[in-house]
Amino acid sequence: MEAIKKLTGLVAPLDRHNVDTDAIIPKQFLKSIQRTGFGPNLFDEWRYLDQGGSAQDCAHRRLNPDFVLNHERYRGAQILLARDNFGCGSSREHAVWALLDYGIRCVIATSFADIFFSNAHKNGLLAVMLANPTIDRLFQDVARAPGYKLTVDLESQKLVTLEQRVIDFSIDPVIKRRLMEGLDDIGITLQTAELIRAYEQRRRQDAPWLFSEEISSADSLTGPNESTT
Amino acid sequence: MVAKTLYDKLWDSHVVQDYGDGTALIYIDRHLIHEVTSPQAFEGLRIAHRKPWRIDANLAVSDHNVPTTDRTTIDDPISRLQLETLDHNCASFGIRQFKMSDIRQGIVHVIGPEQGFSLPGMSIVCGDSHTSTHGALAALAFGIGTSEVEHVLATQCLILKKSRNMLVQINGSLGRGVTAKDMILAVIGRIGMAGGTGHTIEFSGLAIQALSMEARMTVCNMSIEAGARAGLIAVDEATIAYLADRPMAPTGGLWDQAIAAWRDLRSDPGAGFDRVIEIDAHGIQPQVSWGTSPEMVVSVDGRVPDPGAESDPVKRDGMRKALAYMGLQANVPITDIPLDKVFIGSCTNSRNEDLRAAAEVVRGKRIAANIMQALVVPGSGLVRRQAEQEGLDRVFIEAGFEWREAGCSMCLGMNPDRLSPGERCASTSNRNFEGRQGSGGRTHLVSPPMAAAAAIAGHFVDVREF
Repeated sequence: MEAIKKLTGLVAPLDRHNVDTDAIIPKQFLKSIQRTGFGPNLFDEWRYLDQGGSAQDCAHRRLNPDFVLNHERYRGAQILLARDNFGCGSSREHAVWALLDYGIRCVIATSFADIFFSNAHKNGLLAVMLANPTIDRLFQDVARAPGYKLTVDLESQKLVTLEQRVIDFSIDPVIKRRLMEGLDDIGITLQTAELIRAYEQRRRQDAPWLFSEEISSADSLTGPNESTT
Repeated sequence: MVAKTLYDKLWDSHVVQDYGDGTALIYIDRHLIHEVTSPQAFEGLRIAHRKPWRIDANLAVSDHNVPTTDRTTIDDPISRLQLETLDHNCASFGIRQFKMSDIRQGIVHVIGPEQGFSLPGMSIVCGDSHTSTHGALAALAFGIGTSEVEHVLATQCLILKKSRNMLVQINGSLGRGVTAKDMILAVIGRIGMAGGTGHTIEFSGLAIQALSMEARMTVCNMSIEAGARAGLIAVDEATIAYLADRPMAPTGGLWDQAIAAWRDLRSDPGAGFDRVIEIDAHGIQPQVSWGTSPEMVVSVDGRVPDPGAESDPVKRDGMRKALAYMGLQANVPITDIPLDKVFIGSCTNSRNEDLRAAAEVVRGKRIAANIMQALVVPGSGLVRRQAEQEGLDRVFIEAGFEWREAGCSMCLGMNPDRLSPGERCASTSNRNFEGRQGSGGRTHLVSPPMAAAAAIAGHFVDVREF
C-alpha cells in the first residue's frame, strides 16, 4: 500500500451520522474481482439521479446537483469530513477501495465503525477521529470558505488549517507506523512463522478436536508456506 | 486466579504473540470464504507467490450472488465471473468448497454451525460482517475485510486489537409471539447502532438461556448492527446438544474431551465488564424498523416518530432524510403502513425454526392482494430439505409465497432478487440501509412471524393479535 505521511487537500463535508458501506459502494458494484475501478460508483445512489448498474460508463450519467461531492467547490477533494459511526454496516473493503479510487486519502469523523477502521488502515486511507465540537467547527469553517484545505501531518499528529490553526489528533502508534511506512502485514507476520507453528503444536495437544486427521494429512501434503518477502 | 469474561478466555487462548501495545497476533481456527470478498485476496496470494497456511481450516461456498431459482445458467455475466472465480480459486489452492449443486450449499453463516464446522472455543472469521452469528456457539467470530482474508489465508493469524467487554443481560422471559429478532432489534434500538463499537458483546440472562440455538444465532448475528464486531453466548447443555452428531463435529473420545473443555466457556463469576446493559424481556414487543438504520425501530403498536421532537439537529435531519427516503409521515401508526413485498430469509432468519414460525402464521391463508411478491429463501439446501420433509413448502406455496433455493437473496440483492424503486418490503433480514434490498427500495426489519402476518394482512399487524 501507498505510504502516507503528510497531505494537504481540499475538504468535502458529508454532514450525516451513520454513513454506511451500502451507501459508500452499493452492492451491484461488488461483483468486480479487482481492487480498482470503484471510484466512479462511490456514493452511487446519492451521487447520480439515475440507477447505477455494474459495467456502466458513468461519464454520461445524470449527476444529482444536491449531493455535496458534485458541487464544483468540492471537486478534487482528498479529505472527507463526516460525523458519527462512519463506515458502519458490511465488511466490504470495496468501501475503502472506492474512497481511495475517487481520490480521498483521509476521512475525519467523530467515530468510525470497527471493520471499516481496520480496512482503511490496511489500504493507506487515514481515518482521523476528533471530538464533536472540533468537528462541528470544521463543518462551519468548510461551509464558510470555498476552497477550504487542511494539511494532515501524520508524523506530528496535527491538522493545520489555512489560517494556521493547529488541531492535534491521537492515533494508535501501531497504525501510525504502518501508514507511514506503507507496511505489508503479511510479510511481517510471516517473519514469526516459527511462533505460529509452536502455537499450533501446543493447541494440537490441548484441543486435538480442532485438528482433524484430514487437517494433518493436508498439512503434510502442502506444508505451511515460508515467508516470501 | 483472575476472573475472566468469556471473551477474555477466547482471546487468551488464541494469542500467538502479544505485542505488548494492546494488539496481538491471534490464531484463527476456521475461515469461511465466499465469492464476493475473496477474489482480491486470492489474487494477492498469487502475486506474492504465497500458499494458504493451513488448507483445512478453510471452507468456501457461494451465497451472495447465487440465483435462488434455476441455477443451471447465470444470466448476469459479472455475477457469473465472480462465482466462477471462487470455483477456480478453490480448485487451484485445494480449498474445500460446497458447490452450488451441493445440498450443503447455503448462506455461509447458516452452514458453518449446521455442519459443525464452527465449534465452541474457536476463533472463526469470514469476509462478511455477519460472522458474529457463530458467537452463539461461544466462538470468537467476527467479520473481516479482504486484506484480512488474505492475511488469514497466508498466515492463519490476524493482528488484532483486543476489544472491550460489554454485557447485555436480558432478564425475565419473552412474551408470546415475541422472538429473538425482536429482542435484538430492541437492544439495537436501546444502545444505538454504534453502541457496541469497540466492544465484544456477551449476551446473557434468563431470556437468552431460554432461547434455542437457532434463536441465539439470530441474536449474535445482529451484534454488528449494534456496532460490535463479535457477539457471544456461553456454552450450556443446549449448545452441546445442538452440536452432537453434526458432520464435522468431533466424535468418540475427542467429543468427550471437547465437551469437557467447552463447559468452561462462560464468564467467571465476578468477571469485569467495561459496560453492562440490563433489559427486561417482558417489556419487549414485536419490533418494526421505520427508518434507514437498524436503530430506527419501534414496537408494532407504536407510531412513526416525529423528527420535530428530536433536539439534536444532525439527528433530526437524519430522521427527516430517513422518513423522506421511506416515504413515511411522522405519527402514522405502524399498523397502517401497507406493503408491496415480503422477504423471509437471510443469515438472520432463514433456519428451520424461522420457517416453521412463519409457516404457522400463514397456514391455510392467502397473501393479501397488494402483496406483489412474497419470497421464502431457506438458509441452506439442508434447511430447505428439512422444511420440505415437514411440508412447509406446501404451506407457503398454497399461501401464495415463492419457495426458493438457498442463498443471501433479497437481503442485499446481489442476485436477481431485489426491490424496485419505491417498493416497500417487510423483511426478516438485518439491514434497512438506503438501497440495501435494491436501489430506492424501502426495508422494514421484522421477525419471521411478523413478516408472515404482514404478508397475509397486506400491512403490518401485531402477530400476537393475528
